[in-house]
Amino acid sequence: MGAGVVGAAVARELSRFHLSCTLLEAGPDIGAGTSKANTALLHTGFDATPGTLEARLVRRGHELLSAYAPQAGIPLARIGALLVAWTPEQRAAFPRIVERAHANGDAAIREVGVEELYRREPHLGPGAHGALDVPDEGIVCPFTTPLAYATEAVLNGCELRRGVRVIGVEHRGDGGFELHTTLGPIITRFFVNAAGLYSDELDRLAGHDGFTITPRRGELIVYDKLARPLLNHIVLAVPTGTTKGVLVSPTVYGNILVGPTAQDVPWKDDTSSTAEGLAYLRAESKRILPQLAQHEVTAVYVGLRAATEHTDYQLTIHAAEGYTCIGGIRSTGLSASLAIAEHVRTELGAAGLELRAKESPATVRMPNIGELSPRPYEQAGRIVCFCERVTLAEIEAALGSTIPPVDLDGLRRRTRVLMGRCQGFYCGARVAALLREGTA
Amino acid sequence: MTDVIVVGGGPAGLACAIELRRRGIPDVVVLDREERAGGIPRHCAHKGFGARDLRRVLSGPSYAQRYVALAHHVGVDIGAETMVTGWTANGSLEVTTPESRASLSASAIVLATGCRERPRPARLVPGSRPEGVLTTGLLQQLVELRSPRIGTRAVIVGAEHVSFSALLTLVHAGVKVAGMATELPRHQSLPGAALGVGLRYRVPLWTRTVLTEIRGRPRVEEVELRDLRTGQTRAVACDTVVFTADWIPDHELSVTAGLELDPGTRGPQVDTVLRTTQVGLFAAGNLLQGAEPADVAALSGRHAAASVVSWLNHNNHWPERVPIVCRPPLLWISPNAVSGGEPPPRDRFALRSSAFLAGLGIEIRQHDRLLWTGRLRRIVPGRSSSLPASWLEKVDPHGSAIDVQLAAQRH
Repeated sequence: MGAGVVGAAVARELSRFHLSCTLLEAGPDIGAGTSKANTALLHTGFDATPGTLEARLVRRGHELLSAYAPQAGIPLARIGALLVAWTPEQRAAFPRIVERAHANGDAAIREVGVEELYRREPHLGPGAHGALDVPDEGIVCPFTTPLAYATEAVLNGCELRRGVRVIGVEHRGDGGFELHTTLGPIITRFFVNAAGLYSDELDRLAGHDGFTITPRRGELIVYDKLARPLLNHIVLAVPTGTTKGVLVSPTVYGNILVGPTAQDVPWKDDTSSTAEGLAYLRAESKRILPQLAQHEVTAVYVGLRAATEHTDYQLTIHAAEGYTCIGGIRSTGLSASLAIAEHVRTELGAAGLELRAKESPATVRMPNIGELSPRPYEQAGRIVCFCERVTLAEIEAALGSTIPPVDLDGLRRRTRVLMGRCQGFYCGARVAALLREGTA
Repeated sequence: MTDVIVVGGGPAGLACAIELRRRGIPDVVVLDREERAGGIPRHCAHKGFGARDLRRVLSGPSYAQRYVALAHHVGVDIGAETMVTGWTANGSLEVTTPESRASLSASAIVLATGCRERPRPARLVPGSRPEGVLTTGLLQQLVELRSPRIGTRAVIVGAEHVSFSALLTLVHAGVKVAGMATELPRHQSLPGAALGVGLRYRVPLWTRTVLTEIRGRPRVEEVELRDLRTGQTRAVACDTVVFTADWIPDHELSVTAGLELDPGTRGPQVDTVLRTTQVGLFAAGNLLQGAEPADVAALSGRHAAASVVSWLNHNNHWPERVPIVCRPPLLWISPNAVSGGEPPPRDRFALRSSAFLAGLGIEIRQHDRLLWTGRLRRIVPGRSSSLPASWLEKVDPHGSAIDVQLAAQRH
């Protein structure tokens, strides 16, 4: 239950075995909740708490996704991060961070001096006291990743149902569950809760009460592509008690992203931005990369991270029941997704799920929507979305794909259409018409 | 190699290409990325196009069609669905067409890529991200394509000419307009037109009012407005918000070409005959500044054509220039550099201000030399006032930047 990046990864993993699998999603689309609104980073897990499940799975997930992305057509680049100290106190925290990275198995981390830092990031704002170089940190497409997983799952026989909510979970006498859903009852032997922000509520429906999600709002600003030459690496902040701080990062689409803010909020469905948050991000942009102030903002978006009262993932396999809860994945789900899926599959095998691998499971090759490799318009094409250079053929392919979009946002995540600086001034009406025709 | 490539087939680009052919340039190509050339006027169903350039008053679509027909008639080669995406290392254009990808070069290139309205994210308006948040450009195309569900009740942000155009479009599409909000103390359109529209459709104009939040999901449900005089906020129910004006030149190709931009207009810096800072590269129309009426943009294109021809005939002269800088509250001047005594388009400079000004003196100085001083009866934000070009010959071509500022305040 839940077709965010984690649920889709689990479905993909299980679909590679001879078993019957259904992927349910309450929202209108794959990856349309928390998975679509994050910092789009591929973390190494260098700064995770050593010994936690999160530390282990992020590290393994980094390895798995780095290998999977090129085969599946997911834009991904390990451009490296520079964690910058802006005060002597932050600089003094470096040894502790390095020690932690080493404990997490990251041997590549090293300190760089002020001179090297400004040589590698000449547009960085003044006042840096030094940096840590984390060369394996990367950027990845948060839209293509869950879509690739879900598409591969569907191609391997997994049934996908979107727009369906679970309203009750009944334990059956013979083991297994009867799920009461808005589409009627579904009977299953094993049940995986990957409901993200709602994983605590679903956990209680399943008769457990392990944790409570407190959504943490993160606002982000995306700058115009013309700002892209200002930055070479991901620029991280030294973490403080509650957050990892505001980072500045290139995106795989060729923009620069600044964020996130971090604010606990009492709701799960309101992804509104705030005047204070945007003002703060503008000020941080100007401080970290002063020339950003002269550039246009292309987009503002807000994600709700599934934080809990615990410091680690709330990933529990109730083997006897056949119930798996994957909760509290917070902000590292994209990086850890494949490792979470691998972990769940292994544990379910141990719990009695018969795992007979398919001889030649289907693989996917997603359309490239990143700037890291050539895009269709660089061959020829009728360009519909000028800002993002999306061709008519790409839009038609998305509309006819294995998991077609049902709304403009879905088409946007599949093609980048309307994601650019004009926000539909030129092509919005035409794209809406193409979607109407394509989904009629 | 082509003689001249014009990038952009709106009024400025087409007028430029037509004039180039009329002046005897054999090989003139217009590259337009849209399905049909003609530019923004294609979607403006109302009358009011063509008075200054064609000496007649047409609707936007008729005006656009007329320019396309004229261009074909004089032998301009128009490539539709042909998008210039960048530059090669040696300065050729990288071009995508439905059938191919090519590098095109020309003896001269004219950029006429126009401008767009700043959409909601660029204005950093907080709140939810619902359906129903539009720009005028998007609204007009939605209506043109007969999209269902434009909305039922709209708030318009801005009170310039184009804002009233958005109002008319909404009303004709059956959308009730709850009101127009402007941060300024009054509207910026023509007095008669605005009063007429206001009376006829009973649309309130909320002056000194800023839109501070959009709420609703999945569709707009209300907006929050703040009165800048009192600081008080109130919610106005609506399902549609139209952000109008606040134009920005579509300057991507100018930036990637390495052209110097004018800090005020955000378009490429051009001298009075519309030469950019790069040899052989000219710019015209609303790429230079957002935004003038279509006919003014067309006349700018025509002006650029004369300049291109002159350059093609004496292929070696790309003079040094002196930039013109505006001091607040003046926003920008266009053209914004001087490299000789040749007159600007329509023999005047366009001047903009961020505030309503009346009866104030303007000074044009180069260092401590006064080049010109005079009085402008009235300056309205979002509309151009004209400054004469009579002072050009006094400019020292080797001197410092030229300042345009308000004269010292006198009582």
